[in-house]
Amino acid sequence: MNLHAIRAIYRFEMNRTGRTLLQSVLAPVLSTTLYFVVFGAAIGSRIDEIGGVSYGAFIVPGLVMLSLLTQSVTNAAFGIYFPKFTGTIYELLSAPVSFLEIVIAYVGAAATKSILLGVIILMTATLFVPLRIAHPGWMIAFLVLTAVTFSLFGFIIGIWADGFEKLQIVPLLIITPLTFLGGSFYSIDMLPPFWQKVTLLNPVVYLISGFRWSFYGIADVSVAVSLSMTALFMVICLLAIWWIFRTGWRLKS
Amino acid sequence: MPPVLSLAHVSKTYDSGFQALKDVSLEIERGEIFALLGPNGAGKTTLIGIICGIVKASSGTVTVDGQDVVADYRAARAKIGLVPQELATDAFESVWATVSFSRGLFGKPRNPAHIEKVLRDLSLYDKRDAKIITLSGGMKRRLLIAKALAHEPEVLFLDEPTAGVDVELRRDMWRLVRALRETGVTVILTTHYIEEAEEMADRVGVINKGEIVLVEEKHELMRKLGRKELTLYLHDPIEAIPEALAGYDLELSQDRCALVYTFDTQRERTGITALLQDLSNAGIHFRDIETRESSLEEIFVSLVKEET
Repeated sequence: MNLHAIRAIYRFEMNRTGRTLLQSVLAPVLSTTLYFVVFGAAIGSRIDEIGGVSYGAFIVPGLVMLSLLTQSVTNAAFGIYFPKFTGTIYELLSAPVSFLEIVIAYVGAAATKSILLGVIILMTATLFVPLRIAHPGWMIAFLVLTAVTFSLFGFIIGIWADGFEKLQIVPLLIITPLTFLGGSFYSIDMLPPFWQKVTLLNPVVYLISGFRWSFYGIADVSVAVSLSMTALFMVICLLAIWWIFRTGWRLKS
Repeated sequence: MPPVLSLAHVSKTYDSGFQALKDVSLEIERGEIFALLGPNGAGKTTLIGIICGIVKASSGTVTVDGQDVVADYRAARAKIGLVPQELATDAFESVWATVSFSRGLFGKPRNPAHIEKVLRDLSLYDKRDAKIITLSGGMKRRLLIAKALAHEPEVLFLDEPTAGVDVELRRDMWRLVRALRETGVTVILTTHYIEEAEEMADRVGVINKGEIVLVEEKHELMRKLGRKELTLYLHDPIEAIPEALAGYDLELSQDRCALVYTFDTQRERTGITALLQDLSNAGIHFRDIETRESSLEEIFVSLVKEET
């Protein structure tokens, strides 16, 4: 294992975050705070409790997931796309590193950034709503598993993308709508029966449901199903990345 | 001593069907400076890409110091440094950080003393904290060399190292390459500047249309294929070359004041003695004489022309 290479890439990526602190950390924190102000305080005060949890507190796991998913995808996608864009990918491809080491470094850095952001958002939430975490161990497990899985997904997006537009398409047009429609701001029990069934086709439902369960012990779907779905998505992403490096798709001539 | 780099029957056909390399076999000796010459699209960059792991070969094997670049890619790649043709850099990184990054990427532990030495050798140490975006083109070129040297490679590839740099910097670069060779580094460079190959290379390889046309020790190549010109500056202008001299490969200059005789250095008799005798017999006298050897560029052009 080329640990020096993993460390070098990881540090490089984390330094990039440091250089773009405003964009990387403050912007998502600000937008999440606005969600709390609008949905939690202004509108939420007029909405009843859901499963014994105030609306403001109910949306916290969904908001954390919203940031976690979009940031994981964006960070990882940008991390591997940028060397392709600048041409510095030659160095990575000619270095004595395996695909596993490259993935560990890039995905590790992207997931670290997302997790840090998730923690900051949680801390920000405590300023607005009373927060309790029923299963802290599971909460951390869901946080890490989701960040890693969607960072893997973002890594694939970054390799697939051949322009900045494609880089933005998936987070903006797929992840964000799926998260909004995946129960970030409501329980799927509140939907008509037909739309409840349709919503179950949305993989983000399982992530938000499991994550919310770790906070309040209430879930739209069983925790085992949530975990299984996340793990399945992770395995699919890993297989896709393995294939990419084996064939050199979009990386090598 | 076994070659440091060995290519056997390497071919590359892209998905589009374009065959960039055709059954290329080549051996590079340890510690030499090898210049790979070829016109645009000849396959130079593809060849380097295959050796460095950036391009997948369709067939054939490549070994670096005995290590296969596919089966033993870690060991093989750790011995190689690559300076690409394009000035590809991370604009917002500092010089020190990006060179340190390259060392780590190639599996070497931190060594600030080595990084400092490399930067000093390349006159970049004063710029160590500067962001890459603030560097001039020449400095960026040197920075890419610093990055390639950060992990102490045994083989250094320079893909068009002096493209777009001024004459002074080009000469600095040549000095640097020679200094690297002194430390035992094998240098393989591709270049459009024939002068560069002529100035630096020990051996020259010519590639055209994906095939190695020729590999030869530089001086031997010039000796074998080089032609010399003997220019005789006449005392008085002449109207035409006399019939008596028709058997010689002679040209009369436009001002009719000089005769240029082209001869093959390989032939046992160059014909100069006989020519001078015949000129004297024809009553043509000369006031000065000059000889000129073919440049590598002329040899290269003639080789590529022959192929086409």
